[in-house]
Amino acid sequence: MTEPLLSVRDLRVTFPTRQGEFQAVRGISFDLGRERLGVVGESGSGKSMTGRAILGLVRPPGRVEAERLDLGGKSILNLPDRQMRKIRGGRISMVMQDPKFSLNPVMPIGQQIIEAYRLHADVPRNRARQKALEMLEAVQIRDPERVMNAYPHEVSGGMGQRIMIAMMLAPDPQILIADEPTSALDVSVRTEVLNIMDGLVRDRGMGLIFISHDLNLVAQFCDRVLIMYAGRVVETLPARDLHQARHPYTRGLLDSLPRLDAPVDRLPVLQRQDSWREGDVLSPRADTELPGGL
Amino acid sequence: MLTVQDLDVWFGHAPDRVDAVKGAEFRVAQGESFGLVGESGSGKSTILRAIAGLIPSWSGQIKVDGKPLATDRRDRAFFKTVQMVFQDPYASLHPRHSVDAVLAETLRLQGMDRIDQRIAQLLDDVGLGRGFRFRYPHQLSGGQRQRVAIARALAAEPRLLLLDEPTSALDVSVQAEILNLLADLRSEHGLTYLMVSHDLSVVGHMCDRLAVMQHGRIVEVMEVDDLRAGRGQQNYTRQLIAASAGYSAPA
Repeated sequence: MTEPLLSVRDLRVTFPTRQGEFQAVRGISFDLGRERLGVVGESGSGKSMTGRAILGLVRPPGRVEAERLDLGGKSILNLPDRQMRKIRGGRISMVMQDPKFSLNPVMPIGQQIIEAYRLHADVPRNRARQKALEMLEAVQIRDPERVMNAYPHEVSGGMGQRIMIAMMLAPDPQILIADEPTSALDVSVRTEVLNIMDGLVRDRGMGLIFISHDLNLVAQFCDRVLIMYAGRVVETLPARDLHQARHPYTRGLLDSLPRLDAPVDRLPVLQRQDSWREGDVLSPRADTELPGGL
Repeated sequence: MLTVQDLDVWFGHAPDRVDAVKGAEFRVAQGESFGLVGESGSGKSTILRAIAGLIPSWSGQIKVDGKPLATDRRDRAFFKTVQMVFQDPYASLHPRHSVDAVLAETLRLQGMDRIDQRIAQLLDDVGLGRGFRFRYPHQLSGGQRQRVAIARALAAEPRLLLLDEPTSALDVSVQAEILNLLADLRSEHGLTYLMVSHDLSVVGHMCDRLAVMQHGRIVEVMEVDDLRAGRGQQNYTRQLIAASAGYSAPA
């Protein structure tokens, strides 16, 4: 088994509130190898906050603590901003949910990709431009020259998301964190974007953290799944076994989805139990704690 | 209950005119639940908004209960028959009006009596206890807000509910609760639903028939059994069903 790309032990994110401290993430541990790791849970389960904590994007007064937060064997926990900026975008990239809010509306798309790339690679402008064109082609944008000069409002949502992926992947990061990258997209476009991410993970040997609320999608797309509830991982299992999940929370989520192939009169409703907040983590075999790899 | 014939809806003026809906036709029977599905920009929500009177630029014929609607005005009787539930419960409730104020205002506008009892009854109907009556939207979860929005729509005692993606902003577990609530209300009050959704499995669960839309046109009207079996007449329908089934890696 190879060294994991990212190793997280007992990660905690805490926010002070008027009612005392609130822990959004309460002791998460996992390793990421060259694989597609799905993180699923409801809103408020801490899945996005986990991604932000890894990238050092939790703003004060929020606090990030961990026993270990290692990227390639070196700790990146609470690094000074200067050093973190080198890692963020360079070695770990993030694709957010809605491309409309992550692209600069008053700057041509090509400029944005070039600027992002030159922050991390010491290359002259024309080389960076070449790279930007290559990246746009890699995400299957048909007319990259035209798109380079377009503004974000002139492209569709699916195209915007592919542009974001192109921008994020230009510096050749080892890890891509995708936070609900397809939730704002139509189903037909969704498949395209997923295919592109899948190909890039495969070809470049990247690690992908895929944050989503869509259990079925994660089961089909990822290699391994962490299920989060109230800031903790309640179950870890290989994605293909998701439908054999044992934790009552995971089961409840799966059962509450309407299905075309199995019509029911009433949908089962999730009955939450306090024990889920503290109970044991279920994982089928001890070795799923370690990266499975592709 | 609802007949739509030859409906065109457009935005703007030539040469920048956008035809959002082109020649839509369907009918929804009393007590039926009818779905409109399609991708974003296919015109499904636009049809709903044109029926509700939120878009004045349409032509063709829309009949509710056999009575044709005027292009730009809706009378009181219309809003007693037809009500709408919007997609985003975070945006559709006034942040500084309590649940009580929202429901009381609606009831007064509808000219109802016994407002106090009716509010209590409405809250019961949508499964919110009386304790929620004096709360503000920020004190409610997404699912609870959507229940308030449904209660507000029910205040007029309508017979046709227009549902615009009523659960797409909610978690799956909460979605199940709201879908169950809508199903219960439909059977208790004998409601007719016209429901827009991009989620085929939600429409499959809730509706009896559905129309598939693409580029502003209705490509196909189908029974829900055909949807379940993947029996689309048109190519596009089959593609949409396949894409909704989830992700499968290219060979």
